[in-house]
Amino acid sequence: MKIHQLSLFLENKPGAMSAPCRLLAQAGLNIITLSLADTEKFGILRLILRDWEKARQILEKGGCVVKVTEVVAIEVPDRPGGLLEILDGVEKAGVNVEYMYAFSLRQSHKALLVFRFDHPDAAIEALLQNGVTVLDSLAAFGRSEE
Amino acid sequence: MSELWCDQGQGFHPASTSDYLPVPQLRDLQLRRLKSVVRRAYDHVALFRQRMDEKNLTPNSLRSLEDLRRLPFTQKSDLRDTYPFGMFASPMQEVVRVHASSGTTGKPIVVAYTREDVAVWTSVMVRSFAACGLHQGDIIQNAYGYGLFTGGLGAHYGAESLGATVIPISGGNTQRQIMVLKDFGVTAICCTPSYFLHLLDQCQALGVNIRELPLRAGVFGAEPWTEAMRLRIEAESNIEAFDIYGLSEIIGPGVAIECGHHTGLHMFEDHFYPEIIDLETDQPVPDGMEGELVLTTLTKRGMPMIRYRTHDISAIIPEECPCGRTIRRIERIARRSDDMLIIRGVNMFPSQIEAALLAIEGTLPHYQIILSREQGLDQVEVQVEVTPELFSDRVSALEDLQTRLARGIENSIGLRVAVRLVEPHTIQRSEGKAKRVIDRRTL
Repeated sequence: MKIHQLSLFLENKPGAMSAPCRLLAQAGLNIITLSLADTEKFGILRLILRDWEKARQILEKGGCVVKVTEVVAIEVPDRPGGLLEILDGVEKAGVNVEYMYAFSLRQSHKALLVFRFDHPDAAIEALLQNGVTVLDSLAAFGRSEE
Repeated sequence: MSELWCDQGQGFHPASTSDYLPVPQLRDLQLRRLKSVVRRAYDHVALFRQRMDEKNLTPNSLRSLEDLRRLPFTQKSDLRDTYPFGMFASPMQEVVRVHASSGTTGKPIVVAYTREDVAVWTSVMVRSFAACGLHQGDIIQNAYGYGLFTGGLGAHYGAESLGATVIPISGGNTQRQIMVLKDFGVTAICCTPSYFLHLLDQCQALGVNIRELPLRAGVFGAEPWTEAMRLRIEAESNIEAFDIYGLSEIIGPGVAIECGHHTGLHMFEDHFYPEIIDLETDQPVPDGMEGELVLTTLTKRGMPMIRYRTHDISAIIPEECPCGRTIRRIERIARRSDDMLIIRGVNMFPSQIEAALLAIEGTLPHYQIILSREQGLDQVEVQVEVTPELFSDRVSALEDLQTRLARGIENSIGLRVAVRLVEPHTIQRSEGKAKRVIDRRTL
């Protein structure tokens, strides 16, 4: 039920993001979603790709520092309070959210959230108990790569 | 009465008598003292005796000052290898003070002073201040750091013995420095030249016109500086800026000082015998030629140094100085022959940062040390290339890493540094080896 996310170290400077993006574009790999955490001095680019193993190889060969992290993707009802219900459940299980980011897909009215939990397995258990839809593979992300 | 004595015009301070010894008498004094100190080191310092024995030399081999060139050198690493007290020539009950400065690795080097050594140190500091035209009645703000660093206490004892009023304010706290400078009628200040430039900037920011204050002299040392910096200091503050030279291994500040002519620094060579050696051959070169300054302490008892390699590049100026002093001058020191860095007056080697990085994470990432000067203060940034082992996808973990690295380096070198994580392969390598230090400080 966990999916793989690639994290890249970036310096906080112009052009830092384009280098990894160029590597992926040249390899014909599509980014399903991403998030960028930034601080004054550096940033962390987090990427979700279907073919994450190939992407990792290409990025590392291109000189990037890449870390693979297991994250949890869930569906959230696209209405007020939708996120709150989910967070309540996770909170009760004593699980901490390290970070999260959201995106939506054209085809559906559901928002998708990517969570990095400190204890992903406990989080998944709590989420399932609360009837939350946890995506078990990237196939559910809809968009396909030609 | 003594307030009338000062080193200006035709007069000189009584404490400065030895600055004007006739040359033949000075050379005779040096030779007698040299024989005595070599004997002392040979009898009491195992490392020195062993080196002499290896060369089949005894103290009796020394018949003239020229014979000094046959004696073995002493290196900074010798002090580290014999840490902490291995180079002491006096039993501890005769040692009244120790100081320490940073060595090439985490361990400092320790230096010892007997009561006589402290007296000699005080006397050369009195002669230094006198050469700067200071005397009883002057109010001296001593902004060198007090503590293991020799700057603070060295200047303090000298200024007090001169009869001046000493303000032992130590380093840092710029606002308080300016308040004291303004309110206490300070006539002279001791600090690093870069810190004084910072004080000038801050005076301006606080609306204090330093030119209207009684301050008339600055005794600046503990780091290399240039003639351009002197011109800037003197133009902005309307004081006279003097360069003072010294190093802990020899005694501390007060090894050499500029007089009012500002054409090189007079070496107190009745106590510290200078040689200049060729950078390639290690052989002494004639006066006037550039090379590495090598110093022998002629009167030191607690820790005599025979032919100590300072790694400071200078030259002995053979011509007589218009001031009339017979002790020779050395050119002001602008560079070094090794990779030692002087940051805010503190000695540091890149290898210390390397050792700290290695100790913290267990692996050695590529790194680079960037030195710059902001508001007159040296800044150290250590750039560290992120490796897969160091990298985490959590911001807090990376910020922790930065803090851990900065603290570890700070503990090792005693200076605050900023750590900046950089992408892999961004630190330039030449022939596979990274250039470890980028010095952007403008003097």
